[in-house]
Amino acid sequence: MTETTTPEIVYDKQGNAHEVVDFNNDYIGAKLGFWLFLFTELMLFGAMFLVFCFFFYRHSGNFVIASGNLNLILGGINTIVLLISTYFMGMSLLNIKQNNIEKSKKMIYITIVLSIIFLTIKYFEWMAEIHHGIYPDSQALNALSQGEILFFGLYFTMTGFHGIHIIVGIGVMLWAIKLINSKKITNEKYVVLENIALYWDIVHLVWVFLFPLFYMISFGGAA
Amino acid sequence: MEQKPKKSFYDETHTVFGHHESKFLQWIFTIDHKRIALLYLLVMMIFFIIAILVALTMRMELFAPGQQIMQPDTYNQAFTLHGTIMIFLFVVPGIPAVFGNFLLPLLIGARDVSFPRLNLLSWWLYMFGAILAVASLFVGQGFADTGWTFYAPYSVQTGTNVIFALTAAYILGLASILTGINFVVTIHRLRAPGMGFFKMPLFVWGLYSTAWIQILATPVVGITLILVILERTLGIGIFDPSKGGDPILYEHLFWIYSHPAVYLMILPAFGVVSEILPTFCRRTIFGYRSIAISSALIALIGYLVWGHHLFTSGMSEWTKIIFAFLTFFVAIPTGIKFFDWVATMYKASIIFATPMLWVIGTIITFAIGGLTGITLVTLGVDVHLHDTYFVVAHFHYTIFGGVVFMLFAAMHYWFPKFTGKMYCENKAKKAFYGIFIGFNTLWFPMFLAGAYGMPRRYFDYLPEFEIYHKIAGLGAVITIASIFYMLYVLYKGCKEGEACGNNPWNSTTLEWQISSPPPLENFKNIPYIDFMPYDYEKGEPKRDLTKIIEGGDHD
Repeated sequence: MTETTTPEIVYDKQGNAHEVVDFNNDYIGAKLGFWLFLFTELMLFGAMFLVFCFFFYRHSGNFVIASGNLNLILGGINTIVLLISTYFMGMSLLNIKQNNIEKSKKMIYITIVLSIIFLTIKYFEWMAEIHHGIYPDSQALNALSQGEILFFGLYFTMTGFHGIHIIVGIGVMLWAIKLINSKKITNEKYVVLENIALYWDIVHLVWVFLFPLFYMISFGGAA
Repeated sequence: MEQKPKKSFYDETHTVFGHHESKFLQWIFTIDHKRIALLYLLVMMIFFIIAILVALTMRMELFAPGQQIMQPDTYNQAFTLHGTIMIFLFVVPGIPAVFGNFLLPLLIGARDVSFPRLNLLSWWLYMFGAILAVASLFVGQGFADTGWTFYAPYSVQTGTNVIFALTAAYILGLASILTGINFVVTIHRLRAPGMGFFKMPLFVWGLYSTAWIQILATPVVGITLILVILERTLGIGIFDPSKGGDPILYEHLFWIYSHPAVYLMILPAFGVVSEILPTFCRRTIFGYRSIAISSALIALIGYLVWGHHLFTSGMSEWTKIIFAFLTFFVAIPTGIKFFDWVATMYKASIIFATPMLWVIGTIITFAIGGLTGITLVTLGVDVHLHDTYFVVAHFHYTIFGGVVFMLFAAMHYWFPKFTGKMYCENKAKKAFYGIFIGFNTLWFPMFLAGAYGMPRRYFDYLPEFEIYHKIAGLGAVITIASIFYMLYVLYKGCKEGEACGNNPWNSTTLEWQISSPPPLENFKNIPYIDFMPYDYEKGEPKRDLTKIIEGGDHD
């Protein structure tokens, strides 16, 4: 790992200079790679959304009935919590660019606290369902209609996957704080933090689609 | 010609955790793309040998009607093991992970891939997946018996270790995704100055299309396999008809990945053909642009054809017609490539070295495999041929006769690049003829058996099919013996081969312009590329870049 200070230059026949990209220090490459990773995330959740659409089309009525069992208020609060957390994640990135190290770290901590609030609310929501005896393969659930069984199967799977992404997000944010402390993320080298902010965006974006599909399809209809 | 050999990547390396004294640690923690490629090659060849031996056992079981050497359930596990190892551990990583890793940076004039550490992580994930797959052989009720496709609802119900196999496949998929990301970024960012997309060698085009399939299709199968795991452990009901779920949905989700995956296997192989042909025809390739674009087109159309695996599973007639039409359509870019290759060979002074023999062999076998694919996608005929040996023969003619043949071709063609030595041409040619004859003896009878109604994956068969199984069994023995002979010839070449200089084939592409085996970080000076990759003049390379790359340090 040589620390190249001057970029390597090659010349074409006309004598014009062209810079050789240093693979050890390539900001655009790091961004591009992460965007490609986000594509894979989209395909992962996309396949689940496809499954959801398929069964929603087949069992629309029962999906709406099942959706009425979810707590719209708690889900709504969670949506807002997650949206606000995205704001703080973005602010953390802006602050690191302006070299406000402490403020940037504070913003990350706030994001982590908001994510934990999200997970806590999510936990109580899941527990409420489980206390009603509704969890995959439970007797109470299997006694319901096929649409409702599938709705809850998908609900636990998709929000579960989303929850795992939140937990991973908290992990990488703690890692980012460690990197800031050891001066590996600075106001000149912030691509890791930028990518984490991108990741956090996709995590909240998935939720923005999950929320209406699971919580709001019964809105205004079934009480 | 004979220079003092310089330090190569065998002598020094970068590792992920600083410096190691132990040679072994230097290898398994290396972040040098060339060493990682060799790590892949070693492990892959071990699994390849295991899988062909499993296949041989199956052939021996089928040598005569009735039970010979194994129980019916063992037979089910055997073909699952064969398919899973071959697909997930050998063919999918195959050419990209070994030759892509080794050659991509060399071909585009880069010192490594964009994310060398991620590259090592891919290999570690691959190893982890491999170990998991092997471990499932020895615990519980043994390896999965579902076939490598893991179709629900059987994969949800069987008592065998499906979860192990699925987890392994998922992890191997992850490794494949990371490799794909690495390659796309490398190709976008690290091409030598001046090398536009249409100045890249065609192997790079193949890898580029492949990498996009890896990125966009693999996550779908990943989540599908996880859904099966959740179905087995929690019973979420998505694939369970009694809960309103749909097993056909599994087939759709599975083939949304797995059909593009066969193009993911074949595209780098096509790339290898396009590298070898110009070298041994001593001229530039015919229709460079059409070959490059057809790779991308195959990748694109390959996404839209998965339904042809479900013609007999229950789909609306209209859907079937659309999928059949799209599948016919995918043959067009493939045909373009074939015509370009044949046009390159037409009136060329061809040198029949071993790699060239392999290419010509593939042009024959893959043409048979491809055209029988067209037969299969014809709706009426497919109803008759679905799930018969005809499909098995078609698949092996494309994947063995296309991908694996090209992997062998690449092993010969780039052997001097890997080792700096030359294998024995005479013996290698004999190995080729052995495998080629054995291959056709093994699988051609299966076309006939299939057309007469021999179903695939069956442990036993009616007496009238015995002759086909006998011939195929004989072919299997010839093929496997020749494969071992070929590996032995290459091993001998490694040990005792004569030093062959940097560019024994007198080829034009960038990888041959540096020393063989290449030094760490490949290029001393990176050249400016303002010419096409296959520039021959009267059978000789038009320019010699060695001086620029090795030459005096300016700047």
